[in-house]
Amino acid sequence: MTATAPLLEARGLAKWYGDRLGCRDVSFDIREGEVLAVVGESGSGKSTLLSMLSGRLAPSAGSVVYRLRDGSTRDLADLSEAERRHLFRTDWGFVHQDARDGLRMGVSAGGNVGERLMAVGARHYGEIRAKAADWLDRVEIDVSRIDEKPTAFSGGMRQRLQIARNLVTAPRLVFMDEPTGGLDVSVQARLLDLLRRLVADMGLAVVVVTHDLAVARLLSDRIMVMRGGRVIEAGLTDRVLDDPREAYTQLLVASILQP
Amino acid sequence: MTAPIAPTQGYAFAYLDEQTKRMIRRAILKAVAIPGHQVPFASRDMPMPYGWGTGGIQVTAAILGPSDVLKVIDQGADDTTNAVSIRAFFRKTAGVATTTRTAEATVIQTRHRIPETPLRAGQTLVYQVPIPEPLRFLEPRETETRVMHALADYGLMHVKLYEDIAEHGHIAKTYAYPVRVEGRYVMDPSPIPKFDNPKMHMSPALQLFGAGREKRIYALPPFTKVESLDFDDHPFEPTRFDAPCALCGATDGYLDEVVTDDRGGRMFVCSDTDHCETRREAGHRGALLAAEDPAGGATARPEIAEDLP
Amino acid sequence: MNPADPVLEVRDVAKSFTMHLRGGLTIPVVAGVGFDVCAGECVVLGGPSGAGKSSLLKMVWGNYGVDAGSIRIASPDGPVDVATAEPRAVLKLRRGTMGYVSQFLRVVPRVATLDVVMEPALAQGTDPAVARERAQALLTRLNVPERLWSLPPATFSGGEQQRVNIARGMIAEVRLLLLDEPTASLDATNRAAVIELIDAKKAAGVGLLGIFHDADVRDRVATRIVDVTGFAGARAAA
Repeated sequence: MTATAPLLEARGLAKWYGDRLGCRDVSFDIREGEVLAVVGESGSGKSTLLSMLSGRLAPSAGSVVYRLRDGSTRDLADLSEAERRHLFRTDWGFVHQDARDGLRMGVSAGGNVGERLMAVGARHYGEIRAKAADWLDRVEIDVSRIDEKPTAFSGGMRQRLQIARNLVTAPRLVFMDEPTGGLDVSVQARLLDLLRRLVADMGLAVVVVTHDLAVARLLSDRIMVMRGGRVIEAGLTDRVLDDPREAYTQLLVASILQP
Repeated sequence: MTAPIAPTQGYAFAYLDEQTKRMIRRAILKAVAIPGHQVPFASRDMPMPYGWGTGGIQVTAAILGPSDVLKVIDQGADDTTNAVSIRAFFRKTAGVATTTRTAEATVIQTRHRIPETPLRAGQTLVYQVPIPEPLRFLEPRETETRVMHALADYGLMHVKLYEDIAEHGHIAKTYAYPVRVEGRYVMDPSPIPKFDNPKMHMSPALQLFGAGREKRIYALPPFTKVESLDFDDHPFEPTRFDAPCALCGATDGYLDEVVTDDRGGRMFVCSDTDHCETRREAGHRGALLAAEDPAGGATARPEIAEDLP
Repeated sequence: MNPADPVLEVRDVAKSFTMHLRGGLTIPVVAGVGFDVCAGECVVLGGPSGAGKSSLLKMVWGNYGVDAGSIRIASPDGPVDVATAEPRAVLKLRRGTMGYVSQFLRVVPRVATLDVVMEPALAQGTDPAVARERAQALLTRLNVPERLWSLPPATFSGGEQQRVNIARGMIAEVRLLLLDEPTASLDATNRAAVIELIDAKKAAGVGLLGIFHDADVRDRVATRIVDVTGFAGARAAA
């Protein structure tokens, strides 16, 4: 293993739902500290791709190879359900668009953050709580609200809580599905700034799926533009957005509303 | 103890037909082989409503033999409606001997208590279980809870305990307190008080759990390790009582609060009626009886009519 | 680095835009571009607006794609051709080998001015305390009032934002620095400060490639001027 070996590598990924194409011919790799944005409109195949990358959907063809913390690399398709779950609560994070999908709405903020710790064997209440409080602070949630349930939180707070819940075990790879979708613009800005800082501080690898090019520009170094299940253009984020080559990418860029 | 009688004509022995009993026995055997694991079984309609112990009754029916001596308790008492009815049911359909004394019984069906008298090898304790799934209120999907059990994915249980401490300063769950069986399956011990949890650990008796509505059977074979879930800095603590039993003076039993008047008067008495009576037969006196009968001395146990007309 | 060694070699570079949304209309930008930038010199791109100066700078930065030719940058790991390099290699160049002062500051919401300025140095692995000192020194030199340092630059005036942008572009230790009209919206005092900073970079052996519309500044800092209109013949042929 070298420091430059990919953390996750997708090769020739394809998914067919019967005769209908989910996505095809997707290949890329990602290393620690890199943020890859996958952009495209609804139905472009980006959600299908995310599901395959995170091992939640079996590809029809191709493979996803992941480098575990011990340095060994494994094809996600060969992981047992137990191994997959272990990855998901230690080395991976998944930030959902709707925080309700990523949080336990009936459990306090502290319990939500502490769950992963307890799932991997933490059995000291005081330490779990201290760590949860630390993470609430890091995502700018007032620690005095540690015992409140997410139902009492605003959309932006819920999303930040979801991030804390995911990052508490110091994962190396985080998947994000429209992490700022449905939030007010000012709330989005705060969240993006927070994400940028956490990504930089923790050296996270991030695959972020979004239809919002501004989010992609702010968060990512590289971008893949998807349409009709294929990657039609990929490269440096600012290169693709400032000098789009493909007709569809030009259309996407031209369609952004400028304030 | 009542002597065996001829069962009422027209019923299969212990009510259930032989095929059903065989089906239940197979489930029990599997449950014993995988301690703490919930085994599905084809729960039958019983001549009583769900919630009255239909799971326990089916298990009892499946293991009962003509030479067994049956004891049935409800919240520790032999003389409550549920206990009396179930005892009468098996008296009628199996004709087995019945008793209120823990030491005499070979099969004890219970709702929400474990007798104070330590169980011995050869005895079987049958629990009536309302909701067998300890993860149910944390994870509503049965498909998911099954996977969680299969993978021993139990972090969520501790989330529940964490929430308790966060809210109350201590683990507030006082009954149906979840346990881990042989370091593997997390199990709901049925709504027994957590006071009784330590009694399950390494018990020489066989413990069987039946949930009729939920159609699940699970078991603790004799001498099984049963640990109550907790945190390092919030260890499991069984309930303790400040006062002794007002009737027998016991300090080692689980006590029920009894309101004695409408002016706030109350007393605490043993929930296990057999334990209390056995102690009183031996001459023990609690504060209440000592005041009524300063002389002391053994009292006779009240008779409970076993054979309904 | 030897002053004679080029830090940047541009060879036969061509660029055009194809506007798919306008029926595939092709707009030629430049063709046959070739020049070097050596350590310690400041090469200024000359020519009228629309000649492709900014586009050239963006191609060197990797921000615009290149249709043909090569743009070789001498990185510590050896030469890298931006025209064909993987995104990851370009990002690495941007972290450690080249810097860019763009025409406008692309503001990141909520990030304090001081942090905006420090970021490129931190990305290079500079000690945070050292990076902070350098950022403070640069902001002071560019007359950005200290009371603004803790605020995000989004609400600053154009001139203030531009000075923050210059400080951010100047803080990292690079071999090649790209300057896109850094003095455009500055007053005389601040223009002078920027000229001083450029001189210091030259003295430190940094190769600079810039665009300066202000003739005074251009004459003051330029080692050589490369006239982009010289590549117009190729353009006409495109």
